[in-house]
Amino acid sequence: MNPPHAAPALLTATDVHKTYGSTPALDGAGFTIRAGEIVAVMGPSGSGKSTLLHCLSGIVPPDSGTIHYAGHDLGALSDAERSALRRTDFGFVFQFGQLVPELTCTENVALPLRLTGVPRKEAERRATEWLTRLEVQDVRHHRPGQISGGQGQRVAVARALVNDPRVLFADEPTGALDSLNGERVMQLLVAAAQETGTAVVLVTHESRVAAYSHREVVVRDGRARDMAGAA
Amino acid sequence: MHSSYTRGVYLMCIVLRMSISHTLLGLLEAGPRHGYDLKRAFDSHFGQDRALHYGQVYSTMSRLLKNGLVEVDAVEPGGGPERKRYAITDAGVTDVAAWLARPEKPEPYLQSLLYTKVVLALLTHRDADALLDVQRAEHLRLMRELTVRKTGGDLADQLICDHALFHLEADLRWLELTAARLDRLASEIRP
Repeated sequence: MNPPHAAPALLTATDVHKTYGSTPALDGAGFTIRAGEIVAVMGPSGSGKSTLLHCLSGIVPPDSGTIHYAGHDLGALSDAERSALRRTDFGFVFQFGQLVPELTCTENVALPLRLTGVPRKEAERRATEWLTRLEVQDVRHHRPGQISGGQGQRVAVARALVNDPRVLFADEPTGALDSLNGERVMQLLVAAAQETGTAVVLVTHESRVAAYSHREVVVRDGRARDMAGAA
Repeated sequence: MHSSYTRGVYLMCIVLRMSISHTLLGLLEAGPRHGYDLKRAFDSHFGQDRALHYGQVYSTMSRLLKNGLVEVDAVEPGGGPERKRYAITDAGVTDVAAWLARPEKPEPYLQSLLYTKVVLALLTHRDADALLDVQRAEHLRLMRELTVRKTGGDLADQLICDHALFHLEADLRWLELTAARLDRLASEIRP
């Protein structure tokens, strides 16, 4: 698993500040990720790592500073344009509660494709392919309440990757799983991302999860420090 | 059996001696001291489990003198043997700096050595945060290697790598906690 040094920067944050009320969450944070790269964002609780992920993905606008993605300044885009970008170019995996309980696993995975206008049959065919890749094809007709936490997280990874995003944002993707299930989810997630050349921003406080990355960035007191040159 | 035991003890003594040399050098950086004061300072900071023998202090000082890392700053005649006061040389300061900056090879039961480094960094007003960051990066580098090996390996590989990974993870948790407590530690060891 070699880092793609030669690839150009895909997503860059420069001097990003974000305050919630009177609490500064980010205080001049910087960040860069290249195509196909997996970067772990680490740091203690409350250090600002989830806020950094939200700013990088355009969910939350920073108070100041810039986020550039593939030549676009996210701050210069309208809300509608940022939402469209999130649907087509970004994928998301969170720790909890991301699947729609009323839909089957196949329908859940097909959902991002349906939202971009892919016909139902084609969307479900591609969803089934991804469920197979994540080794959960057996539960494709089940609803989220009928499957285990580990299976649910694999379905969530399939849904995040089904529209071939260029960046996958994963916020504590194994935080609710036991060691064995967490491990398998990470192995499948990394293998799938490497195969498709998807960059992964992996927020985690677990070093064994961060060990799947090419490099780590440590967020402390709202500032991000790239550890590539530390050792 | 006997030879492997002897070799184990021998290696342990070498490791211990290397660590004591750097520790005593680091303590000297704060200012010249007599051998007796050095032993007291060592015991006070690091001798919770095992106090240093006077013999260890003087044999270490004699080696450091020979290597040019310390010099005799003053000699005070007394009723008994002459009392030497030792001072660290520029070469000694460079040696301590290099030792503190160099990450240790990650292995189980590393904490006492890392603890020593953190305390000395604080006592000598160096950047203890940076020391912990360097060590964290070194641990994660090894964890990445083990993760790659585990992912491509058979069950035996997976189990062996997992054992090492869990130990390294425990070290990393200790590094995190220590980083969070540096200010408090600094205020306790710098009265």
